[in-house]
Amino acid sequence: MSNALDEIVTLIAPHNRKGVAVTPSTTFATHLEWDSLTVMDFVAEMEDHFDIIIPLNLLPDLETVGQVADAVNELLEKKNG
Amino acid sequence: MADLFDKFDPMIRAREALGFEDSSPIDVVMEKVISPTEAVIKGKRTILAGTNNYLGLTMDPRCIQAAHEALDAWGTGTTGSRVLNGTYTGHKALEAAIARLYGAGHCMVFSTGFLANMATIGTIAGKDDVIIIDADSHASIYDACKMSDATIVRFKHNDPDDLDKRLRRLGNGSNVLIVIEGLYSMLGDKAPMKELVEVKNRHGASLMVDEAHSLGVFGETGCGVVQEAGVMDDVEFVVGTFSKSVGTIGGYCVSNHPKFEILRLAARPYMFTASLPPSVVASALKAVEILGSEPQHREKLWRNARQLHEGLTRAGFNLGATPSPVVAVKIDDRDMAVRLWEQLLNNGVYVNLAMPPATPQGLNLLRCSLSAAHTEEQVRTIVDTFERLARSNSVLSKPAA
Repeated sequence: MSNALDEIVTLIAPHNRKGVAVTPSTTFATHLEWDSLTVMDFVAEMEDHFDIIIPLNLLPDLETVGQVADAVNELLEKKNG
Repeated sequence: MADLFDKFDPMIRAREALGFEDSSPIDVVMEKVISPTEAVIKGKRTILAGTNNYLGLTMDPRCIQAAHEALDAWGTGTTGSRVLNGTYTGHKALEAAIARLYGAGHCMVFSTGFLANMATIGTIAGKDDVIIIDADSHASIYDACKMSDATIVRFKHNDPDDLDKRLRRLGNGSNVLIVIEGLYSMLGDKAPMKELVEVKNRHGASLMVDEAHSLGVFGETGCGVVQEAGVMDDVEFVVGTFSKSVGTIGGYCVSNHPKFEILRLAARPYMFTASLPPSVVASALKAVEILGSEPQHREKLWRNARQLHEGLTRAGFNLGATPSPVVAVKIDDRDMAVRLWEQLLNNGVYVNLAMPPATPQGLNLLRCSLSAAHTEEQVRTIVDTFERLARSNSVLSKPAA
């Protein structure tokens, strides 16, 4: 099983204006205070980093960093399937 | 106890923090419309530089006459859906005229431009399909995607290579609908149409272009950016609106797809809303004829656009894009954008105040849109007012003594 969590935390760092300590339970909206546009741009960044497609349809269910890591892991497994 | 409206508290606080002294954009009331480019606001004669009335046709005597005649002959409204009692001779004539303008096999007319996107995007792409949209797409495109059961993917604004990359990751392009706009309404930047079409063709996907802000503005007969780029035959669907160049309200979609007409039975925003009133249809039909056959309005519009763009550039403003009928002035500081917007209005110039999340890249914009009906002198007044107020607020440095 691949683990994208560490790489996602690294990708978040440059956008972490509040200097929040990022853990799997960190939320994008409340803790990182990202608006919907920032989230969508970050999705594009993750897509390019992992060479996958992350459909926007998934976003309503991805509130925390951990949930995003799980979704990315799943997409990576499907891709390398 | 929780209240349904508690979720709006952050928005209420954000709005209160904007610090309008007197009136905010949602308080602007047109007390009298003098011409397509002038109205009375707060008792003051004001130049309208933010109405999307690109060809100035809202007060063309021929359009008004056509609307009058239809009103007298057909009444104030259809009180029905296009699929019940709401299709009149005029609706069919309008669809035929737009199809003719585009040389397309099919055209459907909708009750607003917003609904045209909801009805087409939201219906054409289903559960097993993919919609790829430009990141800077209009709210109606994003909302249409929400309505669709398709997989939604976003590509970097106006970036053919980024689109190519995402299409490659998806693999098969045959069930992919790409949605872009001809001219983007906030910054006034144009899609690199030829390059995007080339990528689309290579992957075998379908392309929909929203020409809301480009109908009547680009191309030999005003069809839009697809016509200007010479790729009309390579675009599967064009959607647009009557609420800008056409000077009234409504939307359309043209296509050569052999099964296109089935949308009349499948697209819910077409079926479950009342059709356009006869007077609206009649003025739209007249305006479509005018925009296709009288290039002089387009030429005047572009002269005005270049004059405004040059004037504001020379004054030292930072603008959103190369010249187009949308000229967006970037103001770094949000409070300053608010103050300048209000001072412009108090000095007789109405523009649009645009802020995130409605704008890309977190920009604060004083967005102007030109009309063919603006005079050279009005454009000069817009430039002069912008420059004077920006200098007195130290947004631009003082002119050399």
